[in-house]
Amino acid sequence: MHRTDDFATRREPLAGLSEAELEKRFWELANKIMEPLVDMARTHTSPSTERSVILRMGFSSVEAQQIVKRVEDLGLLSKGAGHVVWRLAKLRNSGIREAAELLMTDAGGTEIREYFRGCCQ
Amino acid sequence: MKPLNYNEKLDVRLVLNNLAAYRPRRKGWTWRKIVPNQVINGLTYKQTSEGLKQSIALPAAKHFGGIDPQPDCVITTEIASGRFEDDLRRMRMAAWHGADHIMVIRTAGQSHYDGLIEGTPEGIGGVPITRKQIRASRKALDLIEDEVGRPINLHSYVSGVAGPEIAVLFAEEGVNGAHQDPQYNVLYRNVNMHRSFVDAAVAKQLMSSAGMAQIDGAHNANATAREGWKVMPELMVQHALNCAYSRQVGMPPENICLSTVPPSASPVPALSFDLPYAVALRELFKEYKMRAQMNTKYIESDAREATVSHTLNLLISRLTSVDIQSTITPDEGRNVPWHYNNIGAVNTAQQALLALDGIKEMVEIKRDGILGERVRELKERAVLFMEEMLAVGGYFSAVEAGFFVDSGHYPERNGDGIARKSNGGVAANSITRRDTDYFAPVCVHFGENNVPQELSQPCDAVCGCTLCKPEKIVYIDELDEWDNVNRRMSENSEWQEQGLIKPEVEWAGDGIVNVQMFLPTDQRTAHFAAIELASKMNLSDSQVIHKQVMQAAEGTFLEVKGKLNTAIDPKYLRMPQEEVVLSGDEVREAVAQQPLRIVAATVGSDEHSVGLREIIDIKHGGLEGYGVRCEYLGTSVPIEKVVDAAIELDATAILISTIITHADIHRINMRKLHDLCLEKGVRQKLILIGGGTQVTHEVAVECGLDAGFGRGTKGIHVASFMVKNRRERGRK
Repeated sequence: MHRTDDFATRREPLAGLSEAELEKRFWELANKIMEPLVDMARTHTSPSTERSVILRMGFSSVEAQQIVKRVEDLGLLSKGAGHVVWRLAKLRNSGIREAAELLMTDAGGTEIREYFRGCCQ
Repeated sequence: MKPLNYNEKLDVRLVLNNLAAYRPRRKGWTWRKIVPNQVINGLTYKQTSEGLKQSIALPAAKHFGGIDPQPDCVITTEIASGRFEDDLRRMRMAAWHGADHIMVIRTAGQSHYDGLIEGTPEGIGGVPITRKQIRASRKALDLIEDEVGRPINLHSYVSGVAGPEIAVLFAEEGVNGAHQDPQYNVLYRNVNMHRSFVDAAVAKQLMSSAGMAQIDGAHNANATAREGWKVMPELMVQHALNCAYSRQVGMPPENICLSTVPPSASPVPALSFDLPYAVALRELFKEYKMRAQMNTKYIESDAREATVSHTLNLLISRLTSVDIQSTITPDEGRNVPWHYNNIGAVNTAQQALLALDGIKEMVEIKRDGILGERVRELKERAVLFMEEMLAVGGYFSAVEAGFFVDSGHYPERNGDGIARKSNGGVAANSITRRDTDYFAPVCVHFGENNVPQELSQPCDAVCGCTLCKPEKIVYIDELDEWDNVNRRMSENSEWQEQGLIKPEVEWAGDGIVNVQMFLPTDQRTAHFAAIELASKMNLSDSQVIHKQVMQAAEGTFLEVKGKLNTAIDPKYLRMPQEEVVLSGDEVREAVAQQPLRIVAATVGSDEHSVGLREIIDIKHGGLEGYGVRCEYLGTSVPIEKVVDAAIELDATAILISTIITHADIHRINMRKLHDLCLEKGVRQKLILIGGGTQVTHEVAVECGLDAGFGRGTKGIHVASFMVKNRRERGRK
């Protein structure tokens, strides 16, 4: 877009604001612009976010890559990759590391997909 | 590791040893401890902090008892040569010169690396940030901060498509500060905007949990737009958006720093833009910290020009406020910064900040008038910018419409902004809506988390996360057997073990030297002549890194870098023996037992008296203080007169000062002194000493004198020499 500097006319509604009112307006706008983005972040996840969870669970970065990729392939990222590993460990009454290994197998993948089938969206 | 000894090199091999077991000693950012009205060597400072245990003071400090006052703000140096092992040594040098914030630049391309990098591969324009690199850096900085006596903050970047993972890494490893600004990802790295903001929330919460300072990325708009100052309204918007987002995801305001740069530089009337901008920022962002960066946009290859720009930037910092003073090396416009230019930039900051100490008690910003009008205008333009963002549908729509980095002075638009597609960019369509039963069994996780009721905290599900139980962190040493620190260091080990000395600017043994020359010819001829000259000096890979026309026909100043493929073995170096200086008491006692009288003068047509007076005067710790009787004859004294006076007064020694060196006049005068004393038959009896800024012991002896003293000489050096020389004569 091309536009000449029409500041003089655009600013008219702001002209009457005190310095404090102008600053208040500045921050109201900034917060308003960011609110929907924060909501999006609160309700969404991403592969990196999930790898950050797997890392915090005590896996290496190489393992985190593999686990999250596997969870994505299984279509279960929306459950949380850490959740998937933890749930499998609970189902098998095993440790977290064993569950992560199991997840990589066909049997583990099928089992966890079955568990989450029809679960809340 | 045992503490560092100031005169021993940092042993990088020892730093790299047993990193698997290394844990950071603290987490979080550290500010300097401010000391109001600090008195140092009788001088009162208004804006300084606690001093260092060991440091290297500014050059002029030697006139003031070697004082090294430390400004109140944190001082940053940006270090990244591509090889972190060489950067560790540079960090030590910078800390000794007063830097307490080490910002490690990432290698090109890390932003788009979808995951963590491990090991120690070599980087380009920065280093790959990895767990091993961070541990080694932090471990080295622990030693260095103990050595200098002040905490040092380690800093890097939480951006790109692996932000949350990097934030975990940083929180685990005690990195103290980081850049984090999703807008930077979107605008400059073309990372998908949805992904950037989802990841940023997670990253910011992790950073907050570790008390890290966050620096935003707004200043890049200034560096990108053609006329940097025209994007000032947008810069304020970018700062505001990152602050608002950070606050809304729970980051405390005291950890949020604005990366602000004075946007213009001379020959523009820079302060007329930069000062109102700085004032407007500090009024709008009262709750937040100011990280004042130096201008990079208008830095050319001239280190002098850069330093002047940066000094004016420091004036802005002191006229307004600064919490973290960043520095830009004066060579950034021509190459990846070199060791000594990091130090130069830190020195520039310290020198200017100290000179401007307390200026606001004497000088006030005239808030009314033109400055106030400009401040108001900037704020209004920024408000209008955000109003229009909302009018077009919010942040994503505004980015799609190319709102940002348009070179027009908003509301002016030139249609050259950076437009990004909402569904485009790196990692597009990679975010997933969390289901209602989404669960992350770890602490410090932003967003909806359906933690099972039976758990008191989420990570109980996995018996603790790495933030609660650091022993669960998995350390990977190396993944690439070829591209790693051990291999790089082994390439240099042979000559290093032999103790050979090679020049270096970036990496151990890189062999690079910089030659300055003036060639009395036009620029183009000078350029090629300089390369040829460098070749005759046995330099390889020569490159002209700076040239400035003095006058089109009369000549050109050039700086040429090249590689010197040779090394020096200090075992075979011929070095004159270092003079052992007697103690003051020893000298006093010797003079008391056997009086010592000298005749001193600045000789020839030379009116410089300061140096010699300092050697003589009691108040400067000069010869008089040791009981030496001194006859100072003044300046521009003929040699004959000096010798005659010495004979008449039955002096033990003659001291001549010779500052002017045109046509080797200093040598001529020294020879003349020796010859005249021979002629008059008093050479054996008299100790002859020459002094001056260009005089060395070797030059003086070559001219027939007994000793020569140059820069940095104190009375005790001369007194000690005379006492020892008289004893030797006695023995003969």
